[in-house]
Amino acid sequence: MKFSVLISEGPYTHQASDTAYNFTKAALEKGHECFRVFFYHDGVNNGTRLTTPPQDDRNVVNRWSALAKEHNLDLVLCVAAAQRRGIADADEARRNGKNADNIAEGFRISGLGQLIEAGIQSDRLVTFGD
Amino acid sequence: MSDVKNFFYVNRRAPYGTIYALESLEVVLIGAAFEQDVSLAFLDDGVFQLAKGQETKDIGMKNFSPTYKALGDYDVNKIYVEKESLEARGLTVDDLLPLTYEDADDDYAEKNSIKVVTAAELAQLMDQADVVLSF
Repeated sequence: MKFSVLISEGPYTHQASDTAYNFTKAALEKGHECFRVFFYHDGVNNGTRLTTPPQDDRNVVNRWSALAKEHNLDLVLCVAAAQRRGIADADEARRNGKNADNIAEGFRISGLGQLIEAGIQSDRLVTFGD
Repeated sequence: MSDVKNFFYVNRRAPYGTIYALESLEVVLIGAAFEQDVSLAFLDDGVFQLAKGQETKDIGMKNFSPTYKALGDYDVNKIYVEKESLEARGLTVDDLLPLTYEDADDDYAEKNSIKVVTAAELAQLMDQADVVLSF
Protein backbone atom coordinates (compact mmCIF):
# COMPACT_ATOMS: atom_id res chain seq x y z
CA MET A 1 0.00 0.00 0.00
CA LYS A 2 1.09 3.54 -0.73
CA PHE A 3 0.61 5.84 2.23
CA SER A 4 1.47 9.36 3.33
CA VAL A 5 1.76 10.80 6.80
CA LEU A 6 0.68 14.15 8.20
CA ILE A 7 2.31 15.27 11.45
CA SER A 8 0.68 18.26 13.11
CA GLU A 9 2.47 18.55 16.45
CA GLY A 10 6.03 19.41 17.41
CA PRO A 11 8.54 17.06 19.04
CA TYR A 12 8.63 16.16 22.74
CA THR A 13 5.55 18.11 23.90
CA HIS A 14 3.39 15.65 21.97
CA GLN A 15 3.90 12.01 21.13
CA ALA A 16 2.55 12.52 17.60
CA SER A 17 5.95 12.62 15.91
CA ASP A 18 7.22 9.57 17.84
CA THR A 19 4.17 7.53 16.90
CA ALA A 20 4.34 8.69 13.29
CA TYR A 21 8.01 7.67 13.16
CA ASN A 22 7.29 4.23 14.57
CA PHE A 23 4.35 3.79 12.19
CA THR A 24 6.35 4.89 9.14
CA LYS A 25 9.35 2.73 10.02
CA ALA A 26 7.19 -0.34 10.63
CA ALA A 27 5.20 0.17 7.42
CA LEU A 28 8.36 0.56 5.34
CA GLU A 29 9.88 -2.54 6.90
CA LYS A 30 6.72 -4.43 5.96
CA GLY A 31 7.31 -3.42 2.34
CA HIS A 32 4.77 -0.61 2.03
CA GLU A 33 5.57 2.57 0.17
CA CYS A 34 5.63 6.02 1.77
CA PHE A 35 4.83 8.75 -0.75
CA ARG A 36 5.47 11.65 1.61
CA VAL A 37 5.68 12.79 5.23
CA PHE A 38 4.20 16.26 5.59
CA PHE A 39 4.75 18.47 8.63
CA TYR A 40 2.15 21.11 9.44
CA HIS A 41 1.19 23.38 12.35
CA ASP A 42 3.83 22.97 15.12
CA GLY A 43 4.88 19.80 13.31
CA VAL A 44 7.38 21.90 11.37
CA ASN A 45 9.44 22.07 14.57
CA ASN A 46 10.40 18.45 13.88
CA GLY A 47 12.63 19.77 11.11
CA THR A 48 15.16 22.02 12.88
CA ARG A 49 18.71 20.75 13.25
CA LEU A 50 19.19 22.98 16.32
CA THR A 51 17.20 20.54 18.43
CA THR A 52 19.44 19.33 21.27
CA PRO A 53 17.70 16.89 23.60
CA PRO A 54 19.49 15.42 26.65
CA GLN A 55 21.91 12.66 25.68
CA ASP A 56 19.89 9.93 27.36
CA ASP A 57 16.78 10.82 25.34
CA ARG A 58 15.85 10.05 21.74
CA ASN A 59 16.63 12.68 19.11
CA VAL A 60 13.34 13.02 17.27
CA VAL A 61 14.78 15.18 14.49
CA ASN A 62 17.88 13.09 13.76
CA ARG A 63 15.77 9.96 13.79
CA TRP A 64 13.63 11.34 10.94
CA SER A 65 16.76 12.40 9.03
CA ALA A 66 18.21 8.92 9.35
CA LEU A 67 14.98 7.23 8.25
CA ALA A 68 14.78 9.58 5.28
CA LYS A 69 18.31 8.69 4.25
CA GLU A 70 17.74 4.97 4.62
CA HIS A 71 14.44 4.88 2.68
CA ASN A 72 14.76 7.96 0.45
CA LEU A 73 11.76 9.51 2.25
CA ASP A 74 10.26 12.83 1.21
CA LEU A 75 10.05 14.92 4.40
CA VAL A 76 8.24 18.19 3.67
CA LEU A 77 7.76 21.16 5.98
CA CYS A 78 4.89 23.52 5.10
CA VAL A 79 6.41 26.84 4.09
CA ALA A 80 3.74 29.07 5.67
CA ALA A 81 3.80 27.14 8.94
CA ALA A 82 7.63 27.12 8.90
CA GLN A 83 7.87 30.88 8.32
CA ARG A 84 5.58 31.55 11.28
CA ARG A 85 7.68 29.36 13.54
CA GLY A 86 11.16 30.33 12.43
CA ILE A 87 12.15 27.26 10.43
CA ALA A 88 14.16 28.14 7.31
CA ASP A 89 16.39 26.60 4.68
CA ALA A 90 19.06 28.66 2.92
CA ASP A 91 16.66 29.92 0.24
CA GLU A 92 13.96 30.87 2.74
CA ALA A 93 16.50 32.63 4.96
CA ARG A 94 17.78 34.66 2.01
CA ARG A 95 14.30 35.50 0.76
CA ASN A 96 13.16 36.69 4.19
CA GLY A 97 16.35 38.54 5.07
CA LYS A 98 17.40 36.22 7.90
CA ASN A 99 21.02 35.62 8.84
CA ALA A 100 20.70 31.88 9.47
CA ASP A 101 18.88 28.75 8.44
CA ASN A 102 18.12 25.76 10.61
CA ILE A 103 16.54 23.06 8.49
CA ALA A 104 17.65 19.53 9.33
CA GLU A 105 19.16 17.07 6.87
CA GLY A 106 16.67 15.22 4.71
CA PHE A 107 13.88 17.79 5.09
CA ARG A 108 12.70 20.27 2.48
CA ILE A 109 10.34 23.25 2.62
CA SER A 110 7.42 23.45 0.23
CA GLY A 111 3.79 24.49 -0.07
CA LEU A 112 0.50 23.10 1.20
CA GLY A 113 -0.20 21.76 -2.26
CA GLN A 114 2.21 18.97 -1.35
CA LEU A 115 -0.22 17.85 1.37
CA ILE A 116 -3.17 17.84 -1.02
CA GLU A 117 -1.08 15.97 -3.59
CA ALA A 118 -0.17 13.40 -0.92
CA GLY A 119 -3.90 12.90 -0.26
CA ILE A 120 -4.58 12.42 -3.96
CA GLN A 121 -1.63 10.14 -4.74
CA SER A 122 -1.72 7.88 -1.67
CA ASP A 123 -4.05 5.02 -0.80
CA ARG A 124 -4.12 6.34 2.77
CA LEU A 125 -3.17 9.64 4.38
CA VAL A 126 -2.57 9.00 8.07
CA THR A 127 -2.66 11.93 10.49
CA PHE A 128 -0.69 12.08 13.72
CA GLY A 129 -1.77 15.01 15.87
CA ASP A 130 -3.23 16.07 19.15
CA MET B 1 -10.82 13.31 -14.17
CA SER B 2 -10.30 9.91 -12.64
CA ASP B 3 -8.32 10.96 -9.60
CA VAL B 4 -10.93 13.21 -7.95
CA LYS B 5 -11.19 12.30 -4.32
CA ASN B 6 -13.54 13.39 -1.59
CA PHE B 7 -11.57 15.58 0.82
CA PHE B 8 -13.33 15.99 4.13
CA TYR B 9 -12.05 18.68 6.48
CA VAL B 10 -13.04 18.32 10.12
CA ASN B 11 -12.86 21.50 12.21
CA ARG B 12 -13.23 20.89 15.92
CA ARG B 13 -11.57 23.80 17.67
CA ALA B 14 -12.51 27.37 18.56
CA PRO B 15 -11.10 29.98 16.16
CA TYR B 16 -8.53 31.88 18.23
CA GLY B 17 -7.32 29.83 21.22
CA THR B 18 -5.08 27.83 18.89
CA ILE B 19 -3.93 28.25 15.30
CA TYR B 20 -5.62 25.09 14.00
CA ALA B 21 -8.70 26.86 12.61
CA LEU B 22 -6.70 29.44 10.66
CA GLU B 23 -4.22 26.92 9.29
CA SER B 24 -7.07 24.56 8.38
CA LEU B 25 -8.66 27.33 6.33
CA GLU B 26 -5.31 27.85 4.59
CA VAL B 27 -5.27 24.17 3.56
CA VAL B 28 -8.84 24.39 2.27
CA LEU B 29 -8.07 27.46 0.16
CA ILE B 30 -4.90 25.96 -1.33
CA GLY B 31 -6.63 22.62 -1.81
CA ALA B 32 -9.47 24.25 -3.75
CA ALA B 33 -7.07 24.76 -6.66
CA PHE B 34 -6.71 20.98 -7.05
CA GLU B 35 -10.33 20.51 -8.22
CA GLN B 36 -11.16 17.81 -5.72
CA ASP B 37 -14.55 17.13 -4.16
CA VAL B 38 -14.36 19.14 -0.94
CA SER B 39 -16.56 19.08 2.16
CA LEU B 40 -16.08 20.89 5.45
CA ALA B 41 -17.49 19.85 8.81
CA PHE B 42 -17.70 22.01 11.91
CA LEU B 43 -18.30 20.33 15.23
CA ASP B 44 -17.48 20.64 18.92
CA ASP B 45 -16.04 24.14 19.55
CA GLY B 46 -15.33 24.28 15.81
CA VAL B 47 -18.86 25.65 15.32
CA PHE B 48 -17.61 28.92 16.83
CA GLN B 49 -15.37 29.37 13.76
CA LEU B 50 -18.50 30.25 11.78
CA ALA B 51 -20.03 32.51 14.43
CA LYS B 52 -21.26 35.90 13.25
CA GLY B 53 -19.90 39.12 14.69
CA GLN B 54 -16.38 38.01 15.61
CA GLU B 55 -14.40 40.89 17.12
CA THR B 56 -10.73 40.24 17.77
CA LYS B 57 -9.25 43.71 18.20
CA ASP B 58 -8.76 43.33 21.96
CA ILE B 59 -6.80 40.08 21.64
CA GLY B 60 -4.52 41.49 18.95
CA MET B 61 -5.30 38.78 16.42
CA LYS B 62 -6.60 39.06 12.91
CA ASN B 63 -10.29 38.29 12.48
CA PHE B 64 -10.11 35.79 9.65
CA SER B 65 -13.81 34.85 9.70
CA PRO B 66 -14.67 36.97 6.60
CA THR B 67 -12.52 34.53 4.62
CA TYR B 68 -15.13 31.78 5.13
CA LYS B 69 -17.51 33.85 3.02
CA ALA B 70 -15.10 33.50 0.07
CA LEU B 71 -15.30 29.69 0.14
CA GLY B 72 -18.29 29.69 -2.23
CA ASP B 73 -16.17 31.45 -4.86
CA TYR B 74 -13.67 28.58 -4.59
CA ASP B 75 -16.43 26.01 -5.24
CA VAL B 76 -16.29 24.94 -1.62
CA ASN B 77 -20.00 24.78 -0.89
CA LYS B 78 -20.63 21.65 1.15
CA ILE B 79 -20.37 22.93 4.69
CA TYR B 80 -21.80 20.71 7.39
CA VAL B 81 -22.41 21.92 10.93
CA GLU B 82 -23.19 19.41 13.63
CA LYS B 83 -26.60 19.93 15.21
CA GLU B 84 -25.63 18.57 18.63
CA SER B 85 -22.60 20.86 18.86
CA LEU B 86 -24.72 23.92 18.05
CA GLU B 87 -27.36 22.97 20.62
CA ALA B 88 -24.83 22.22 23.36
CA ARG B 89 -23.49 25.75 22.93
CA GLY B 90 -26.86 27.49 22.76
CA LEU B 91 -26.38 28.40 19.09
CA THR B 92 -28.67 28.15 16.10
CA VAL B 93 -27.89 28.44 12.41
CA ASP B 94 -28.96 32.10 12.64
CA ASP B 95 -25.90 32.76 14.81
CA LEU B 96 -23.63 31.63 11.96
CA LEU B 97 -22.18 33.57 9.04
CA PRO B 98 -24.43 33.36 6.00
CA LEU B 99 -22.28 31.27 3.64
CA THR B 100 -23.54 31.02 0.09
CA TYR B 101 -22.45 30.03 -3.40
CA GLU B 102 -23.66 30.56 -6.92
CA ASP B 103 -24.94 27.32 -8.43
CA ALA B 104 -23.53 27.07 -11.96
CA ASP B 105 -26.00 24.28 -12.75
CA ASP B 106 -28.99 26.43 -11.77
CA ASP B 107 -28.44 29.72 -13.62
CA TYR B 108 -26.03 30.89 -10.91
CA ALA B 109 -28.77 31.10 -8.31
CA GLU B 110 -27.40 32.01 -4.88
CA LYS B 111 -27.71 29.05 -2.54
CA ASN B 112 -26.92 28.29 1.06
CA SER B 113 -23.68 26.35 1.65
CA ILE B 114 -24.38 25.47 5.28
CA LYS B 115 -26.28 22.35 6.15
CA VAL B 116 -27.00 21.40 9.75
CA VAL B 117 -26.63 17.64 10.22
CA THR B 118 -26.78 15.25 13.16
CA ALA B 119 -23.73 13.46 14.52
CA ALA B 120 -25.00 10.26 12.94
CA GLU B 121 -25.34 11.89 9.53
CA LEU B 122 -21.88 13.41 9.92
CA ALA B 123 -20.45 9.99 10.68
CA GLN B 124 -21.92 8.67 7.43
CA LEU B 125 -20.46 11.55 5.43
CA MET B 126 -17.08 10.98 7.05
CA ASP B 127 -17.29 7.30 6.23
CA GLN B 128 -17.72 8.12 2.53
CA ALA B 129 -14.69 10.41 2.41
CA ASP B 130 -11.42 9.38 0.78
CA VAL B 131 -9.22 11.79 2.72
CA VAL B 132 -10.16 13.08 6.17
CA LEU B 133 -8.12 15.98 7.51
CA SER B 134 -8.94 16.85 11.10
CA PHE B 135 -7.89 20.14 12.64
